[in-house]
Amino acid sequence: MKRHLLSIDDLGRSDIERILRRAESFAEVSGREIKKVPTLRGRTIINLFYEASTRTSSSFELAEKRLSADLVNVKASGSSVEKGESLKDTVQTLSAYDPAAFVFRSPNVGAAALVARWTSASVINAGDGKHEHPTQALLDLYTLRRRTGTLEGLKVWIVGDVMHSRVARSGILAFARMGCKVTVCGPPTLIPRGIEALGCDVAYSLDDLGEADVVYALRMQHERMTGAQIPSLREYAARYQIDGRRLGPGQLLMHPGPVNRGVELAAEVIDSPQALIAEQVESGVVVRMAVLYELLAGGQGAGPNGGQARGISTSETTEPQPA
Amino acid sequence: MNVSAVPQAPEAGRLDRAPVPDATVLIRGAQLLDPRAGLDGPGDILVRDGTIAEIGAPGSLEAPVGAEVVEGERLHAFPAFVDPHVHLRTPGREDEEDIDTGTRSAAAGGFCAILAMPNTDPVVDSAPVLRSLRERARAEARIPTGFTAAVTVGQKGERLTEMAELADVGAVAFTDDGLPIRSAGVMRQALRYQRLCGGVIALHEEDPTLSAGGVMHEGEVSAVLGLAGVPSVSESTMVARDCELADFEDARIHIQHVSARETVEILEQAKAAGVQVTAEASPHHLLLTDDKVRSLDTHFKMNPPLRSEDDRQALIAGLRAGVLDCIATDHAPHSREEKEEPFELAPMGVTGLETAFAAIHTDLVLPGVIDLALLVERMTAGGAPFGIVVPTLVKDAPANICLVDLSSEWDVGDSGYESRSANCAFGGRKLTGRVRMTIAAGAVAFRERSFAIEAVR
Repeated sequence: MKRHLLSIDDLGRSDIERILRRAESFAEVSGREIKKVPTLRGRTIINLFYEASTRTSSSFELAEKRLSADLVNVKASGSSVEKGESLKDTVQTLSAYDPAAFVFRSPNVGAAALVARWTSASVINAGDGKHEHPTQALLDLYTLRRRTGTLEGLKVWIVGDVMHSRVARSGILAFARMGCKVTVCGPPTLIPRGIEALGCDVAYSLDDLGEADVVYALRMQHERMTGAQIPSLREYAARYQIDGRRLGPGQLLMHPGPVNRGVELAAEVIDSPQALIAEQVESGVVVRMAVLYELLAGGQGAGPNGGQARGISTSETTEPQPA
Repeated sequence: MNVSAVPQAPEAGRLDRAPVPDATVLIRGAQLLDPRAGLDGPGDILVRDGTIAEIGAPGSLEAPVGAEVVEGERLHAFPAFVDPHVHLRTPGREDEEDIDTGTRSAAAGGFCAILAMPNTDPVVDSAPVLRSLRERARAEARIPTGFTAAVTVGQKGERLTEMAELADVGAVAFTDDGLPIRSAGVMRQALRYQRLCGGVIALHEEDPTLSAGGVMHEGEVSAVLGLAGVPSVSESTMVARDCELADFEDARIHIQHVSARETVEILEQAKAAGVQVTAEASPHHLLLTDDKVRSLDTHFKMNPPLRSEDDRQALIAGLRAGVLDCIATDHAPHSREEKEEPFELAPMGVTGLETAFAAIHTDLVLPGVIDLALLVERMTAGGAPFGIVVPTLVKDAPANICLVDLSSEWDVGDSGYESRSANCAFGGRKLTGRVRMTIAAGAVAFRERSFAIEAVR
């Protein structure tokens, strides 16, 4: 595996399999009373968030704490960024603390890749503009596979505002890499020209939604919309909202959150047993633990009990057992 | 010591440069190539007091006393190049480029004349600004430099500048380059006003409602990266509009930095229908595509954006067919800090004066896509649409000559440019073909440091 996780494209299928297996082993730890393992003891992780986040930032923080890392949270507001410090200077300043990793979220495409050029630490992309959000895609795979047992051959429909969605871009790549057949569906004004290049089909109506095993609804991203890309939320909801009538009994429902209730999803499906939305959030912690482990410790040949990684003692007893 | 006058053509009064001594140089035994003059073969050129005094068979010309003698063996002598599209960033951003460094950069690229764009700070939209720029150029410019003035006040696209006075003060042409003239009504007024003030109107074509904040070509790569795209029709629909307006008003327009296949097709039809339109293409649009943007390297961010391979092929075909009249660099210096921002935030534009010839020679001439004569013709043709110098190697013409070593390989670095900025799209590339010497309007404007010249005593 590469040193950074900037895009799902950085991961081969076997890398993804390894991360998912590792996440399963951490899930066992999460079931114990003491949820901490010492894997990253003494190592520093900097969470650099230039954009608002609840789920991603809190689950990264929890994951880091459960791996016993020292962590520093830096947000754009209240930091030198507000004084006009450039990204490069901020990163180089923080790099002076010799962090093992940056977890970086930015409103700008490619910003994580830029950070990776300016630091010797590992960089984990926690969302770069409309480009990618690879750990979200990994936790989606993990959540779905826990429910279905396998990913191969599943038909996944990603519905909604594809244009502004980094979740969609990473998701298409990740689902396709694991053998799913992906269709994106939404208003033509929110489906970018050329999106097929990621390895998906395009539909503009929900007429064939019945073929889907999994319906992945996207959040309408009002905050990223630049013009009149849809006539109204009312018309959007009428055509694309996933409700109890459109979601068949055998279909699973996913959503990256936060949900706009009554826009992309109707209340009845959010609370239905077919919805994996709460499980997605829950999976966030163990999958991010797995990513941190693989990037910062796993690459040195150590399994959870291997103890070869920097800072890990072989005698630790709280290490997770392999699943 | 004689101080050379810029050539005594009608345009002479409109190009400025610092006083320089006239050159007397004998270039011996170079490969002479000037498609316009029907010249292609080895020979000697004698430049006496800034003028091409004689052209003869190799070894046939004698060096007059005091002449510099250049051994041209293994070198090509072309008419020097003319770039109608350069950003000198002066006034306002002298930290990125000034008249001295920009014209040094041009001379190092083999150019003997350039046109500077008016999107400076302040904008060149009034006679006092233009006058003071020309005065500075007469002190600093290494090669004859022409200045264009804005079409609209502050380039806001609302009210025409005092174009007649600007023309009197020496504006070579008018352009709001960097920005489109979005209102068809304003565009039409400018074209009508041309009857009074003259001067071609050069156009940056972009419909801002279609480009809508886009930062790269709209296509597969933008979809994959999640970057807002600028569709090809953002350019071509405006070109179609302005060709119609120019036709209707019997006016002359020049389309800058053509990037899209659709635009080439519209230009072909317009030219066939007799519209007075000329067009330019840049080295980066002729050589690079949006595939480069996958790296998110901001040295591939420019406006108009790098487009698809299909567009690139259409540009090459257009250059061959003459639909695109000339090559223009759109040399656009930016500071290192500004280009070290994430792709969406970084400014658009790349430098190009020092790499233009070598890049196209390496990527199009050497593989046999176009021939050398065509490249030389298109790189020397940039003044024609504006009624300024079109260099040629004929007796009694002002000496505008560049000497090029076509076999010399060199690495385009992160630094080491004559330009004050280093944001070149070809940085890191190995290019073949190096300008050794440039004679601009009768004076030696550039001589590669290692390139020794022997003087006859």
